[in-house]
Parts: sequence; C-alpha cells; structure tokens
Amino acid sequence: MSSVPLSAFLVTALLLFCMGLYGALTKRNAVIVLISIELMLNAVNLNLVAFAKYGVGASIRGQVFSLFTITVAAAEAAVGLAILIALYRNRATVNVDEMNTLKK
Amino acid sequence: MDYVFLIPMLPLLSFLIILFTRPIYKKAGIVGTLFTGAAFLCSLIVLFSHFAEGNYIVEANWFSLDTVIITVGLEVNPLNALMLVIVTLVSFLVHIYSMGYMANDERYATFFSYLGLFTFSMTGLVLSPNLLQLYMFWELVGVCSFLLVGFYFYKPEAKAAAKKAFIMTRIGDIGLLVAIFLLFWQTGSFELDVIFEAAQAGDIAPSLITLIAILIFVGAVGKSGQFPLHTWLPDAMEGPTPVSALIHAATMVAAGVYLVAVTYPLFSVSEVAMTTVAVTGGFTAIFAATIALVQTDIKRILAYSTVSQLGYMMLALGAAGYTAGVFHLTTHAFFKALLFLAAGSVIHAVHEQNIFKMGGLSKKLPITATLFLIASLSISGFPLLAGFFSKDEILATTYGDGRYVLFAIGLITAFLTAFYMFRLYFLVFSGNSSTEARESPSVMLIPMMVLGALAIVGGYIQTNWFGTFLGDWLETTPYSITFVHHEAPFWLPILASVLSIGGIALAWMMYVRKTTSIKESNERTGLHELLYRKYYVDELYQVVFVKGSRVIAYFWMYVDRFIIEGGAAVITGAVKRFGQAGVKLQSGQVQTYGTVAFSGLVLVLLLIAVLGGYF
Repeated sequence: MSSVPLSAFLVTALLLFCMGLYGALTKRNAVIVLISIELMLNAVNLNLVAFAKYGVGASIRGQVFSLFTITVAAAEAAVGLAILIALYRNRATVNVDEMNTLKK
Repeated sequence: MDYVFLIPMLPLLSFLIILFTRPIYKKAGIVGTLFTGAAFLCSLIVLFSHFAEGNYIVEANWFSLDTVIITVGLEVNPLNALMLVIVTLVSFLVHIYSMGYMANDERYATFFSYLGLFTFSMTGLVLSPNLLQLYMFWELVGVCSFLLVGFYFYKPEAKAAAKKAFIMTRIGDIGLLVAIFLLFWQTGSFELDVIFEAAQAGDIAPSLITLIAILIFVGAVGKSGQFPLHTWLPDAMEGPTPVSALIHAATMVAAGVYLVAVTYPLFSVSEVAMTTVAVTGGFTAIFAATIALVQTDIKRILAYSTVSQLGYMMLALGAAGYTAGVFHLTTHAFFKALLFLAAGSVIHAVHEQNIFKMGGLSKKLPITATLFLIASLSISGFPLLAGFFSKDEILATTYGDGRYVLFAIGLITAFLTAFYMFRLYFLVFSGNSSTEARESPSVMLIPMMVLGALAIVGGYIQTNWFGTFLGDWLETTPYSITFVHHEAPFWLPILASVLSIGGIALAWMMYVRKTTSIKESNERTGLHELLYRKYYVDELYQVVFVKGSRVIAYFWMYVDRFIIEGGAAVITGAVKRFGQAGVKLQSGQVQTYGTVAFSGLVLVLLLIAVLGGYF
C-alpha cells in the first residue's frame, strides 16, 4: 500500500476537481451541473482522506471531516434537486442559461 | 432761503397728486402748472435773496459708514440759483404750453405727472451739494427722459429711441460713477467743497485729477449729447414736442454742461482735461452743425442744432470761459425752448415734420412765424439779440485763451448755424402755401411770447457795454475758481455779425430768391449724402458695437454649445457607456460568473507564482 505516493492521490483529486469545475462551468443541463459539483466535492474528500493517511500530521480527523462533507453534500444534492424539480415545473426547462430570473 | 426745499418738493407733490388722482385727469394740467409755477416763484425769490444774502447751504446726516458720514442737503450758489430759475421757468412755460398741445392725448395726466417728476429731479440735481446726491438725481433725470421719449410707446421708433437714449447716456454715466468712486477713494468724501479743497491743495496726484476730470466729462458727454455719444439726442425727438423743448433742448441736456461747470475747480487744475473739453466741444459744434445743414425733419434740425450749441458751451468751458459757458447755457435755454415750442406749434397746425412739404406758413401762422424768426435770429447771433452776446462771449474767450483753431471752428459754426436756421425758416414760412393751417390756441402762444421776449433781452445780463452782471455775480461762487476776463478785440463782434448775416443772406438767396447756382436737389450725392446720413455714425455704431457684440455673443454661444456642453456630453456619455458595459457583464449567468472568478483566480495565482519567484 505504501507504494502509492501522496502525490498520486493529489493528482487524481486535481483531475477530478478540474473535470467537475469544467462540467459545472460549461454544461447547460442543470442535472449535469449538479453532478459536476458532486465531483468537485468528492475531489476535496479524496484530498482530505489522502492527507489524513499520508499527510505531515496524519490523524483520523481528516476522515471525520470527509464524512461530514459527504453528509452535507448529500443534503445539498437533495435540496439542489428539489429546487431543480420546482424550477422544471415552473419553467419546463433544465437549461441553466434560461435560469436568469434573479437578474431582473 | 430756508424754503429752498420747496423748489424740488412742489413738483414732486404735483407728480404724486397727479399719479394718484389719474381718474380725474382733466385737472392734471392745471395742477401741474400751478405747482410748477409756485416752484418758479420760489426760485425767483431764492435768486433775489441770493443777491442779498449770498450763498446758502443746509445739510443733514443721512447715514454713516464707520467714520464716514454721508449727508444730504441743499445748496444755493450763483450757478445753482440761475439754473433753478431756468429749469423752473422753462418747465412752467412748457406745462402751460402742454395744456394746449397735449389736450387731446389719452395719457394727458400721465404726461403731466412725468413732467412733475422731471422737474423734481432736475431741481434736485441742481441743488445737490454732494456728488452722491447729484448722481442719484442725475439718474432720475435719465429715467424721466426715458419715460418721456418713449411716451408714444406704441410707435416702434419711439420705443427704440427711448432705449437708445437710456443706453447711450448710461455709457456716459459709468464714467461719472467711476469718477465719483475715485474722488471718494482719494478724499473720503462726496462733498463738493471738501473735494475741491483737496484738489486745489494738491492732495490728489495731478495725473489722477486729469483722469477724474475726464471721466466726469464722459458723463457730461453722454448727457449733453457730445460726440461720440450724441446719436441718442436727435432720435429722442420721437418724444412729444414740449418734452423736446423742456428736456432735450433747454434743461436736461444742459445738465452735462452744468456738471462740468459745477466741477469746474477740478477741471481748472488740469490743462489736459480743459483741452479735452474744449476740443470735444468745438468738434461737436461744427460736426453737428454740418449735419443740420441738410436734414429735412424740422425737429431733427433743431436737435442737431442743440448738439452743436451744447458743443459751443463745452468749448467755452474748456477755454476757461466759465461765465461764457453758463451765459450761453442761459440764453440757449430761452431761444432753443422757443424754437421747439414754435416747431411744435407748426407741427400741431400742419401735422407734418418734413420741411420740404411745408411753406408759406407765415401767412397762416403769423404769431408763430414771428416768434420763430426771433428765436432763429437769436440763435444765429444776429446783433443785439440774446444769442449774439453769449456767442461773442464764447468766441472772445476762445480767442483770448489762445485756441485759434477752435476759434476759427467757432466762427465757421456760427456761420453754419445762421445758414441752417434760416434754411429751415425760409422753407417753412416763406413762399406760397397750399396746406390748411390754423394758428395755435393762446395757451400755447403765451409761453412762446414770454420766451420770445427773453430771447431778445436775455443777453443784456452780460455785455461789454452795459455791464457784466452775470460774470460779476457768478464770481461769488463759494468755490475758488479763477475767473479770466478776455476783452474781445473790437473786430470780433463785427466779424461775428457779418458771418451771421452772411449765413442768413446765403439761405435767403438759395431758398427764397433761388438765384445761386447751388441748388438743393432731391438726389443726394457725395458730401450731401454723407451729411444727410449723419456721417454714418449710427451705421458705424451698428456695425462696430451692435454687430460686433452680436458676433462675440455668437462666438461664445458656439463655445458654450460645442465646447462646454460637448465636454459635458462626452463625460456623461462615457459614464453611460461604462454603465452599459457593466450591465452586459452582469448577465445573471452563474456559470459565467464562475468562469470569470476562476480565470481571475488562475491569473492571481500565476502572478504570484511569477512575481514571487517560484519559477
């Protein structure tokens, strides 16, 4: 197990985060955007866990944090999807370009 | 002497009474005449008590600024007393005359109230012992002139003439005002006697006195219609004819001459100022006389004659002839008022002002014609009439002062005066008439007869043969003026008489006998046109000042419109554009915001990396 270095985890997390960011910023479908946000959160979780295992002051604390994050992310996803459904019922679209009512 | 205050107060009372009782306007003429007559009586009493009691002055504090106390008061000295009599007499006679002349005018009462206000202002001006009070009345007189010139305000020419009169004299008034400021700055007082003492003690720098005197003279130039501010006076003939007689011939325009006479101690200190006065006067005299040669409107000829005669008075004052100037002012008031009243009588009879359309009126209007003849002879300097003596006095003074060029100009002007006056007389009164005319009512003729008598005998108050009463009396002035007496050379009265009679004879040959080869044709060419157009002075002013200021105004209008407003528009436009660009940025697209924020983060990180030396 120790043959896998910390940097490998970090690079994986980075790639994951970039993919999430890219998806969140470019995709027009709101569901994909939500999924992309989940990807970014998971990239962060991966970082937390990696540092908790191989970091300078490695301790169980990082894993606890990641559990919290997962919980919060689940709640966030639920709320996000609920809003999305409410919007879809009102506007009959999931396209984020058309969700600009706050501007007015 | 203690009732001197009545002299201005009576006309003021008349003004107020008529102003507030206009509904019963039929009595306005009688009210005005009675009050002015009373003022005239007071003036006569003051004149005679001045012979007995000498100078008189009463002053009261008006207000004080720190330590400077401003006073108001009344002063009687020979010059004042004489002016008071002239002003109230002419005003009184004009009041009587106007009862006939203005009888059918709708604004009969208003006319008399204005006359009352004018008489108040003029007597107040004359009685002022300090410059501040004098300036106030000076302006009041200007206002009255404005009101009366514009009396027929429904005529556009009258309206324009009133404005012109007001604005042109205003230009001169600025000079007077600045002079008053300078005097106050130098002496800390408006009192004439304090100022004169300071001036003659040498407390004011000589160059400054010259400047002050010339500025005062600028005020006089405006009021007395001297070149170059003379153009308003002929136009002021748009007012009713009695007003022309009272204001624009006998009294108000003499205010400028009076002002120079009052401040004479200042002028006498400065040789330059004296020469300025003399040269301006002499030039105006001949300049206006040449214009009068060819004019066709009866009142305009008289107006230019007034300008010319006022120039004569200025010439006398500038040539150290204090007595001569005041003397001519006096006699001129009589015969010029008479000329205007007689002209008014003619206009009243024939309703025409062009002298070429009149003729033969001596049979129809015998009394007016006789009186007009007397006045014309008097102004022409015909021997033994009033104008002869005063004109001789002026010529003698100019000659004695060594101003030979101005003396020659004076002689030529005397000749021209005789010529144009008799051109006017012959064209109007001689020959055959086809026009219907009836002699004016006696209410108009009687004042003219009084003036006619004065135009004959008025000169005997100052002659070399019977005594120089006026000169001796004027010398009792409270201010120290050096009186210079010049004995006229024996040939001078003869030469003046010859010139005067020569002018009359030339006019007779040209317009009655028609024997000379010189004819006045209807087609004006060359010099004739130049004179008829009054040397194009009005046109010149139109181009230089009116158009000039309009060009400047347009220039600044465009500067305002394009540079200033344009600059403002550029700034507001830029702000607006910037705002619109901002609106585009705020698209409401969270993804765009996210992209921008992320790009910003990347940029910041790159900067830190590069500048922080991590590479």
